Amino acid sequence: MGLIEGLVAIAGLTVLTVVSRGFFFLIDKDLPMPGWLHKGMRYAPLAALAAVVAPEVVLDHGQLVQTWRDPRLWAAAAGLAWYAWRRGLLGTIVVGMTVLLGLRLGLGW
Amino acid sequence: MAEREQAKTEPIWRDPEYLRGAREMLPIVPGVAAWGVVTGVTMVNSGIGLPLAVVMCLTVFSGTAQLATLPLFVSGAPLTVIWTTAACLNLRFVIFSMGWKPYFHHLPRAMRLRIAYFSADLNYIFFARRFPDPKASPEQLPYFWGGALTNWGAWMLSSLLGIFLGDAVPMAWGIGFAGTLALLGMTASMLGGRITWIALGVAATASVAAYALPLKLNIVVAVAAAVAAGLIMEAAGDRRRATVDDRGERP
Repeated sequence: MGLIEGLVAIAGLTVLTVVSRGFFFLIDKDLPMPGWLHKGMRYAPLAALAAVVAPEVVLDHGQLVQTWRDPRLWAAAAGLAWYAWRRGLLGTIVVGMTVLLGLRLGLGW
Repeated sequence: MAEREQAKTEPIWRDPEYLRGAREMLPIVPGVAAWGVVTGVTMVNSGIGLPLAVVMCLTVFSGTAQLATLPLFVSGAPLTVIWTTAACLNLRFVIFSMGWKPYFHHLPRAMRLRIAYFSADLNYIFFARRFPDPKASPEQLPYFWGGALTNWGAWMLSSLLGIFLGDAVPMAWGIGFAGTLALLGMTASMLGGRITWIALGVAATASVAAYALPLKLNIVVAVAAAVAAGLIMEAAGDRRRATVDDRGERP
């Protein structure tokens, strides 16, 4: 992607940041919304995140990982375990990366 | 009253509510900063190039959207795909904006635009705890800016640091996976109640299964499938229970 097109894309992303964060208090009138959409919207952010994360953990060049000796699997599991225990985002990253680097550098996986 | 008048002439950072907002944000600054460094390192190592990485860091101010769209920038995806992906990820902000509305809807538009840009999701969680009653009051703005600018400052400094440290970090070690771990932690933080677990499972499975689709359409498919699954489960639950009450999946 060239510099100009990149800048256009970034400008659009910045506008999206403002519009999404202010959506309901930027529009002046009350927006009618079907009830089912209102309900369903609650699952969209979680779904979008999960959809981004899952392939990053279990796919390798578009294929399901074929071995349990993939450090990403263990790092993700360790990070999740930490989160379930302590609810800390920083700890999730630190524990996950410790496992990843330990397996990759220590065991050469 | 006299106090209010005086507060208007003083700079906002002298306001006790501003200080309170900033102080309450401080304990999570290390978390924000770690996330920022990771984002900065990931951005500069993605192949997007230093100028675009710096501009993106200084303007977009949404870590999730930045990380998720980087691979799209690098692979030369069309603008519409980049923006659609970010819009899907930003949907959570739309939901938070429903929460912000009673506090800010009466303000002038220019002020609302500024608030919109700076109102990160973490800020909403603190703000809603400080002002549980959804009514506007004068001490809310200083409190908001105290927390929001602390969060913004921590994010900007750390992600710029990450950008300039980028080349010093050996990427063969898989440091970039820290970004995925951060997203994983955020995903876990959104879980609450059985239906959110089902939505998570459906989205993750659908995204992996549909991964071969072009233009990251697997994300769109996964979101649609998870929303449909969530609604179906809710409807089934409503029918099972004679008394329909909202169990409140998320705060």
